[in-house]
Amino acid sequence: MSMATATTQPAGQTIERENYLNKHYGVGSWLFTTDHKRIALLYLLSITFFFFIGGFFALLIRLELLTPAGDLVQADTYNKLFTMHGQVMVFFFLIPSIPAVLGNFLVPMMIGAKDLAFPRINLLSWYLYIIGGVMMLHCMLTGGVDTGWTFYVPFSTAFSNTKVIEAGLAIFVAGFSSILTGLNFIVTIHRMRAPGMTWSRLPLFIWAHYATSIIQILGTPVIAITLVLVVAERALHLGIFDPKLGGDPLLFQHLFWFYSHPAVYIMILPSMGIVSEIIACFSRKRIFGYGFVAISSISIAVFGFLVWAHHMFVAGISVYAALVFSILSYAVAVPSAVKVFNWTATLYKGSIRYDAPMLYAFGFLGLFTIGGLTGLFLASLGIDMHVHDTYFVIAHFHYIMVGGALMGYLGGMHFWWPKISGKLYPEGWARLAALIVFIGFNLTFFPQFILGYLGMPRRYYQYPPEFQVLNVLSTAGATVLGIGYLLPMMYFLWSMRYGKPAPDNPWNAAGLEWKTSSPPTTFNFEEEPVVTWEAYNYEELDAHPDEEAPSVG
Amino acid sequence: MSDSQTAAVPDGVPSDARSDAHGEAYNPALLHHFATEEQQRDSASLGMWIFLATEVMFFGGLFCAYLIYRGWYFGDFGAASKSIDATLGASNTAVLICSSLTVVLAIWAAQTARRTLMIGMLILTMLFGLTFLGIKGIEYKQKFEEHHVPGKSFSFDHVPIPGHPDQFANPDHAQIFFSLYFIMTGLHALHMIIGLGLFAWLLWMAWKGRFTPEYHTPLEIGGLYWHFVDIVWIYLFPLLYLIDRHP
Repeated sequence: MSMATATTQPAGQTIERENYLNKHYGVGSWLFTTDHKRIALLYLLSITFFFFIGGFFALLIRLELLTPAGDLVQADTYNKLFTMHGQVMVFFFLIPSIPAVLGNFLVPMMIGAKDLAFPRINLLSWYLYIIGGVMMLHCMLTGGVDTGWTFYVPFSTAFSNTKVIEAGLAIFVAGFSSILTGLNFIVTIHRMRAPGMTWSRLPLFIWAHYATSIIQILGTPVIAITLVLVVAERALHLGIFDPKLGGDPLLFQHLFWFYSHPAVYIMILPSMGIVSEIIACFSRKRIFGYGFVAISSISIAVFGFLVWAHHMFVAGISVYAALVFSILSYAVAVPSAVKVFNWTATLYKGSIRYDAPMLYAFGFLGLFTIGGLTGLFLASLGIDMHVHDTYFVIAHFHYIMVGGALMGYLGGMHFWWPKISGKLYPEGWARLAALIVFIGFNLTFFPQFILGYLGMPRRYYQYPPEFQVLNVLSTAGATVLGIGYLLPMMYFLWSMRYGKPAPDNPWNAAGLEWKTSSPPTTFNFEEEPVVTWEAYNYEELDAHPDEEAPSVG
Repeated sequence: MSDSQTAAVPDGVPSDARSDAHGEAYNPALLHHFATEEQQRDSASLGMWIFLATEVMFFGGLFCAYLIYRGWYFGDFGAASKSIDATLGASNTAVLICSSLTVVLAIWAAQTARRTLMIGMLILTMLFGLTFLGIKGIEYKQKFEEHHVPGKSFSFDHVPIPGHPDQFANPDHAQIFFSLYFIMTGLHALHMIIGLGLFAWLLWMAWKGRFTPEYHTPLEIGGLYWHFVDIVWIYLFPLLYLIDRHP
């Protein structure tokens, strides 16, 4: 089916083509848009805002830990700092980061659709996120929370004197934004694929987002109801989680981790999808073992639901339950390893280019592997007894969430920035930033593995002097890392005004999103594309370099 | 009467007229980003099914909590359950089953172009929904008067455990029962209220003649939601009202 575009033939190439960015102007055209690409940019602005708030808390935490004495902030201020760092980063940055920004922008384009299945629900999800975000901001500005991001009962329901109810409700509301995004993606991937775009031709980015969406729709409602119970318990003192009144705090932990462990996969799976796209493009090869990589995303989502109690090995669950959850946690490593090995095999004999997105993908490979392998340490019962609630755990999950998820997010932002903005970013600066992020990250978090192994517990604002050297290293690394994160923001903004105009396909990449203009028109394609080729047909693409890729028909 | 809205736009026809309406104002015909009406209908229906899967997990957390405490404190739960009026609960079950029937009849009427019947059935559905909420209100009032609402004024002293007349239920454990009772039935009632809002909108659209045998997707997915809310009640009724009751 054709679609009318108002573009008149440009007489000179200097006239800007009509696209989704310049079609309408004004605040209203953004706040009431139902265009998935504009909503993606709304999300980009909002999550960047929350990222820097969360980062600010992290900075204060690292400054406090520069010296063994608790001298910068009071103990209860420190409790609030790490709580709000966790809540902001998890619920307001990492969960929406890749799905709501890059997923929103790319899912319809990659499958050849004009929009997501439910554009208005998509806009609604952004407003829910904003409402939740404003509630969270209000909560932080009027006192904050000190329960840890995990809201553990009975502290959160019976003892804490901080704004638990408000934070709980903020996360409750933001959760529905995540559910609606997942729902929209699943329906879109099922129902909106262009003719010829079969399941086996889907980009792995789409498979990853499909798996992510399953977790979003099945996991998020459980944390929502758990937060309802926490709020009700705190407001009315019902006894559901209070052992004094016959309630069971462990029930809370089960319900909480039933979502919050799979939530880790909401963060990492989309990142894995990005890495698959980047590695195939920059080694000019079809991804090795396409089917295995696709199915491994789904199996991570499924297994991810069966491992939650490994957070509770020392909380008093039965030995047999612990045994089962330990084995199942090992099982999750299998599909993760399938991915890592297949990416590595894709690199083998590839024509590798070291552009910034690829540098982030390499960073992801190494850091995710370290994060994953230390996860196996933690899944084994004996070692977990030793390192539970120490900095070893902190380092482990930051390797996954920051070294994995965030590296992938940045890689994806660089890879698709020409498509999103229509401008090229400065490659030299980008490579430098990738290097700074990698060095800063390792300097921040590797010492924490050692600290944790030596016995430094998490969530303490003082520590014995013998831990100081490693803590100073970590704080220094955090500073480097902060610079690494500021740089991309600055040159992305710079490129929007001063960057060179991007060609439609700057990387000569496969994938439908590169067959439309940069930036795309509001409806993505001039004509509905018909897909007749496999995903990642780089060998084909490079064999006929001047031939226009088989395209819209 | 509504042919301009429902006539299928054939494939391949340039859609200038539609290209501006990027998902804007309500338009029962094809939205611009779908290729065919069938695709649009399938998407809407799949979307509602997925939403219902979300709802299952939402209530699932509560059912999980309920089952654990019911296993631990069976006697106390039985005593607390006995204090609720099962006749009211049973009448509400009947009311909701009837409302599910009227929803189905409304959809059938839309499929067979019986406008008056469709509107009548939608009104009946809403009346059943309101009746349900009314009976629920009576039940809540009773609980309030008996001091069975959890919180400061809660009391459940000297209530014997069914089958063990010499033992009294533990008020703390009974309070857990009533907490779950109020949260579960309260959330269910909230879903009913949302359903009533949804059906008021459907009624308005039906009144304006928007539904035809070719196009009545909102009615179908609204019906799915209504049936789901009914089914939740079908589980809540025996779980909350019929613990350890003997004739």
